[in-house]
Amino acid sequence: MIKAENLYFRYTEGEAETPFALNGVNLEIKEGEFVVIIGHNGSGKSTLSKLMNGIHTPTEGRIVIDGIDTSNEDQIWEIRKRAGMVFQNPDNQLVATIVEEDVAFGPENLGLPSEEIRHRVDEALDTVHMSAYKRKAPHHLSGGQKQRVAIAGILAMKPKCIIFDEPTAMLDPSGRKEVVQTIEHLNKNEKITVIHITHYMDEAIHADRVLVMDRGKIVMEGTPKQVFSKVDELRALGLDVPQVTLVSHKLKTMGYAVSDENLTVDELVAELCRLS
Amino acid sequence: MSIIIKALTHIYDKGTPNETVALDHIDLEIASGEFVGLIGHTGSGKSTLIQQMNGLLKPTAGDIIVNNLEITKGLELPKKQRKKYAAERKKQLIEVRKKVGLVFQYPEYQLFEETVEKDIAFGPQNLGLVESHVKQRVMDAMALVGMDYETYKDKSPFELSGGQKRRVAIAGVLAMKPDVLILDEPTAGLDPQGRDEILGQLKTLHDQEQLTVIIVSHSMEDMAKIANRLIVMNQGKVVLDGTPKDVFKEIETLEAIGLAVPQISYLIRALNEKGFALPDDIITVQGAIDAIQNVLEKRAK
Repeated sequence: MIKAENLYFRYTEGEAETPFALNGVNLEIKEGEFVVIIGHNGSGKSTLSKLMNGIHTPTEGRIVIDGIDTSNEDQIWEIRKRAGMVFQNPDNQLVATIVEEDVAFGPENLGLPSEEIRHRVDEALDTVHMSAYKRKAPHHLSGGQKQRVAIAGILAMKPKCIIFDEPTAMLDPSGRKEVVQTIEHLNKNEKITVIHITHYMDEAIHADRVLVMDRGKIVMEGTPKQVFSKVDELRALGLDVPQVTLVSHKLKTMGYAVSDENLTVDELVAELCRLS
Repeated sequence: MSIIIKALTHIYDKGTPNETVALDHIDLEIASGEFVGLIGHTGSGKSTLIQQMNGLLKPTAGDIIVNNLEITKGLELPKKQRKKYAAERKKQLIEVRKKVGLVFQYPEYQLFEETVEKDIAFGPQNLGLVESHVKQRVMDAMALVGMDYETYKDKSPFELSGGQKRRVAIAGVLAMKPDVLILDEPTAGLDPQGRDEILGQLKTLHDQEQLTVIIVSHSMEDMAKIANRLIVMNQGKVVLDGTPKDVFKEIETLEAIGLAVPQISYLIRALNEKGFALPDDIITVQGAIDAIQNVLEKRAK
């Protein structure tokens, strides 16, 4: 679905040259995968996501989305149709005064017949469980609801892949839960390839694969269990692990027969029950 | 410096179809030197409440007394009689705003000057201080948020990272030398390291400078580590008020209002259901490890 080869990117060239924000990234994301990218601020995660739908084009190397090279300017709209993007701030993404009009904005710009637009909007709102709000004004919605409307707007474009750039950073716990459940549903049931960038480690535990970025490079990669078991390395990169993983890790260092790959409360409880 | 709130009610758009009760008869007393975490889902009234604490919003009813200054004096009277107190109230509000510093959400969006030094100096300059005093305040405030004065003073705030920008914004409020610092989600959007840095500095400000700190937060893990007292709001009311240990025991109440407890609290509860008999007020990773070790050792014997 997404393939990056030897990817380098810097924001400005020439006299005021900035350092490389991406420093040699090689990456392949398969169709239907659920990939979470973590890394501290400035590690290059957001930059990478912006190369994934052609907001930026590589300084060196290349990135191919569903068979299309993003440096191919003629194809930029095709790329954005196939790889949609959801951003951090729910208030910056909604353009219309009525929820359903907002969701219709993308398909309208594709020049689709109106029945098709109607159908896509209804279907998209249904998928994110926001049909009951279709005639409401976006500013009366909660943060989690606004993000789900933003997601519906992307879904109405029928993308194969959605890139989420910290979509939960500004939400409260229940809003976060709504959005995370929506993302997981899209991947599992709608078979959409998901790239999810986050600072919340607990949002990574259901991913197929976790990528850890530092200084513009991918420095760790693996299943959530493989990545989070490397507690000390993650902490050295300024990152956290889920609290349960931390407890498991410390108990293991103290000599107890506990796996350091536990991510959930249930896993650790089961092991501790076996121990005693 | 204490904050006393009595029967405080705030209604937005009163008398219109959009009428919303944001605060519903709140009674609270925050004592000098407390470190308070204010939690609640979006729309529970947290932000409305903190804006009342330094007089940015006028309440619909009720009293607010900050350090013996009654900033709501006379507001309950009919319009004509209210005027009598207007001048006095204005004077008190100016005093209160110097003493109660408010850091909004995403304060880095409010940076506007060419250099870090000028931005932080903006507040103290408006107090009419002489140049050397302003400079001293800027240097002190930067030291408090852990930014080296010489390294950063001439930099544009816009060249800095998100975490650094936020520290500049907080320094701008600290330069006013407040006694109470109120922050609305100071760690939102920061990575774990940036978050720990800001929280660490707030802890230092509280412990060493004796500041009263009130943090609005969605992170139960952070509040478990740092706050002495948690105030939980729902639908404009205070529903729980106590130490983090006591508040996080109320898993059902918190979940019913859209909140969660730290993962550790869930772990302790699940282990106790399996007969581990751990104390139910453990809320930190280290606390959990010690208690689990204790049980495992006993069982091994």
